[in-house]
Amino acid sequence: MDESLNELYQAIILDHSKRPHNQGKLDPCTHCADGYNPLCGDEVTVYLDAPKDRIEKIQFTGQGCAISKASASLMTLQLKGQGIEDSVKIFEKIVEFFKETQVKAQSLEELGDLAALAGVAQFPARIKCATLPWHTFMSALKGESKVDVNLAAE
Amino acid sequence: MNDLHRLRNDFPLLKEKHKRLNICYLDNASTTQKPAVVLDVMDDFYKKSCANVHRGAYRLSEQATHLYESARERVAKFIGAEKSSEIIFTKNATEAVNLVATSWGETFLGPDDEVLVSALEHHANFIPWQRVALRQGAKFCEIPLQPSFEVDLNAYGNSLSSKTKLVAITAASNVLGILPPIKQMIDMAHAVGAKVLVDGCQWSSHYQTDVQQLDADFFVLTGHKLLGPNGIGILYGKDDLLKAMPPYQSGGGMIERVTFEKTTYRLPPERFEAGTPPVAEAVGLHHALDYLEAIGWDVLAKHEDHLMERAREGLVNLPYIQLFTDVKKVSPVLSFTMKGVHPHDLSTFMDTRAIAVRSGHHCAQPLMDRLQVPATVRASFAFYNTLEEVDHFVKSLQEAYEFFA
Repeated sequence: MDESLNELYQAIILDHSKRPHNQGKLDPCTHCADGYNPLCGDEVTVYLDAPKDRIEKIQFTGQGCAISKASASLMTLQLKGQGIEDSVKIFEKIVEFFKETQVKAQSLEELGDLAALAGVAQFPARIKCATLPWHTFMSALKGESKVDVNLAAE
Repeated sequence: MNDLHRLRNDFPLLKEKHKRLNICYLDNASTTQKPAVVLDVMDDFYKKSCANVHRGAYRLSEQATHLYESARERVAKFIGAEKSSEIIFTKNATEAVNLVATSWGETFLGPDDEVLVSALEHHANFIPWQRVALRQGAKFCEIPLQPSFEVDLNAYGNSLSSKTKLVAITAASNVLGILPPIKQMIDMAHAVGAKVLVDGCQWSSHYQTDVQQLDADFFVLTGHKLLGPNGIGILYGKDDLLKAMPPYQSGGGMIERVTFEKTTYRLPPERFEAGTPPVAEAVGLHHALDYLEAIGWDVLAKHEDHLMERAREGLVNLPYIQLFTDVKKVSPVLSFTMKGVHPHDLSTFMDTRAIAVRSGHHCAQPLMDRLQVPATVRASFAFYNTLEEVDHFVKSLQEAYEFFA
């Protein structure tokens, strides 16, 4: 078995992709945005209930691969209950993480469960699958209704 | 067949390794690999004959012009055109369709006219028509398909009328391999006075092309799916139609006389080739067509049918694979999904087995909507693929299911 494949599809990733957490429309919500990747057709919608400065609830819907689904599921677990400022910091850390060619042990530790996404770094064609839910979250927070991950990533 | 196997040696890329495995290239509907002769003649052009065409009376320019115009004649012969002046070089098939949709469409389409397009089309033969119909106030209509995704000829006949001005149809679907009955469709369209543009991109690398026998009004191709280089496409148009069309782009090489008061234009094909054309690419394409035709269409089709048969046999035995067409006579393209596994994940898995297959919507979202899936995996074969590769592909699908399930 190809080692990089096992790193990409760790048990935690496959688990989250098959049984995602916080999947489904959140109605009513305070923030919502659609994210898409026109190159592959992946779509995700992120819903937030953040009436004050804390994310009370976060859910997602959409169609995508195991990586994007697992990333969305892990993201909701990570961000639920976070203050807005802290959630932005986590977003920045994730985006920065995928920009680095060499994954540092320290940044892996900081990421907790999200570190399971580290294997994606070896598959450049799949990085946007992992970051799509995150850019969509950020757009929702900023009050934008729509984001193309290819533009957001630049 | 053994002869075809030997031809693999002509393709440098097919000797490359990925993850210590031989590359198993099954994305030929996206682009074909190039034989060394095509790469060599392009290299030679730049080393020995590089000059601009249609300029100056010096030897090099004359030589470049001769090479470029011979390529045009070669293309005319390849597709069975009457005259080489009916061949316009573009940058790709997309540009060829856009040229017709803009130049012909903006001249001859008006309010209440109808343009008929099928759900089998690649976006390149769909959006340009949708846009020009919108601009001209014309109606953008759908060619009716049967549940099998074959064209419903009766319903097609009923949707044709004197309002129909243009039919845009692919000769072979890039997703399902469906081969619409182009000849009949053209005859039926002509009976109501409509013109027909045929997208030949998925046809001409597998079957002989004869635009005169088809009586096609326009026929588009791209070089890189015909063993040729990127950056060169082909528009065939009937002589009288091209002559009645205004320029698409303007600039050098396409004019008779330019003054501040007005500019007059040359006849086709020059009228539609503003600016320096892709000369080295034309030279490469010339030799690519020589190479392809030398194989023999019967030999090629027989082998590709064999590959498809083997692949289908392998796939129908896997209960978790859904194939999207059971039409038997199709071009060598197979679209499918695996139960519970997203096409992108499957494609990544296959890549670790050095297998290149395409995943996604294949620039055919209207068809994906009909198939009721966001994406499929597509394996597409060429004459240089082998039965061993097909077996490796089927075996890897089984391994993928075990991995993800």
